[in-house]
Amino acid sequence: MISGNCVLEETLKGGKLAVTAEIGPPKHSSPAQVINHARLLKGDVTAANVTDCQTAVVRMSSIAAGVHVLSSGLEPIVQMTCRDRNRIAIQSDLLGAYSLGIRNLLCLTGDHQMFGNHPSSKNVYDLDSIQMVQLVRRMRDEKNFFSGEELKEYEPRFFIGAVANPFADPFEFRVDRLEKKINAGAEFIQTQCIYDLERFSRFMEMCVERGLHERAYILAGVGPLRNLRVAKYIQANVSGMIIPDEIIQRLKNAEDQEVEGISICIEQIKYIKDHIRGISGFHIMAIAREEIVPHIVRQAGISPHME
Amino acid sequence: MIIAEQKPISEIAELVDNYDSLLLLGCGGCVTVCLSGGEKETQILASALRIKRRIEGRPIEIVTSTITRQCDPEFIDSLQDLVKDFDVVVSLACGVGPQYLAERYQDKYIVPAMNTKFAGGSKKHGVWEERCGLCGDCILHLTGGICPVIRCSKSILNGPCGGSQNGRCEIDKDTDCAWQLIHDRMKALGQLELLKKVMPLKDWSKSRDGGPRRMTREDVVIR
Repeated sequence: MISGNCVLEETLKGGKLAVTAEIGPPKHSSPAQVINHARLLKGDVTAANVTDCQTAVVRMSSIAAGVHVLSSGLEPIVQMTCRDRNRIAIQSDLLGAYSLGIRNLLCLTGDHQMFGNHPSSKNVYDLDSIQMVQLVRRMRDEKNFFSGEELKEYEPRFFIGAVANPFADPFEFRVDRLEKKINAGAEFIQTQCIYDLERFSRFMEMCVERGLHERAYILAGVGPLRNLRVAKYIQANVSGMIIPDEIIQRLKNAEDQEVEGISICIEQIKYIKDHIRGISGFHIMAIAREEIVPHIVRQAGISPHME
Repeated sequence: MIIAEQKPISEIAELVDNYDSLLLLGCGGCVTVCLSGGEKETQILASALRIKRRIEGRPIEIVTSTITRQCDPEFIDSLQDLVKDFDVVVSLACGVGPQYLAERYQDKYIVPAMNTKFAGGSKKHGVWEERCGLCGDCILHLTGGICPVIRCSKSILNGPCGGSQNGRCEIDKDTDCAWQLIHDRMKALGQLELLKKVMPLKDWSKSRDGGPRRMTREDVVIR
């Protein structure tokens, strides 16, 4: 059963490749930038994630920004983290988001607040991402609030997503944890940015072996590296991301590092599409560079228009 | 035990800047064991405050005492004769001590000399680590004897999150990922299957979130 009027769900259930991108809401109250990015992306992606105070930096609410995306003609995937809301606030926001036309929800635990611009804030983490998936699913399918109290009418019917990070440790438990999310009720999965294709291949082989790709739609996460400095920083400092040395080397040798970063991203999409089984789509994370997504999508040959 | 550390001497000095005499009160409980508020530390703090004030030309009279426990009305009561001569009492106990003093001696200005940190134990001499989140509903039997509530920086019950790498937490390369430890231990115990089940929502009402807690043992209450 289709959860609601939802292009992402129809695309995936129809067996077509889905392409999602990411729109980062602004650090101010004007919707202009979000609207521009939504208009720019809408011909080339199926839907766009709207991040929820990513890296714990205060930004426009993902639900509010998601509504701007929706009214610009692009379907939003609203991200919701457990960092800033307890179970009361999460459910309240879910009811509100659905009432505003949001149909796709991505459940995350969320980056720790120490990474953001309010490191002295209190964190919530009343629940975690897997519990959120399970309870949002129960809200939809069993019409219950998280407490078990009956949700008598107009239950939100989200298409429920979660994330998977094949590059975090322990590697052997990563597939188990993905399975746990799928058992909890996740219907689509977006992965962390893939740079280590060998590790991702192993991860997907294990997923396919267990049939996880038939129980949830797995979208491979990719992202163009902006330059050598950024790549080196991520390699050394960002937990849960792996950048192989050969990518560092390619950027080092490149005449134009930004162009090379985009080329690598396009090659990786093509490689994954042609060689790795179990992928239902791509999730392109071009953080703060939304405008380069259409180029990547077209060059990689995954534009929805090409089907 | 409760792990606490002394506030910087400059901060304590500022809190008592308007006074020329005070009672400095150590505690013989946890803070003695964690070397921050026992008899020795009380004497050292007294000396430091005296020296500072003497240099400033405003000498201060400090009397020190260390009682068995500041978290017990019986020992707090025993201070009656000593406390009456002072307007200000500086407590080197955890956060419980200053409150018990304030409740008992209502006309005195009670100053905390400590920052109370956590419930934990010593790792090696001079190093203490947090081990218990005081959540009121222990699940250590499900997590290999490692507490995710307090040792995971996000307190998640279905970890590890995507920020676990090389056994370390995303917030700090010196902090172990609790869920990596849990995973390894459950694997060694042959209980990994347990971690594949979704651990349900936690009832935080048993923790501080349910309001200030009280425990009553009817069988030992004297009526």
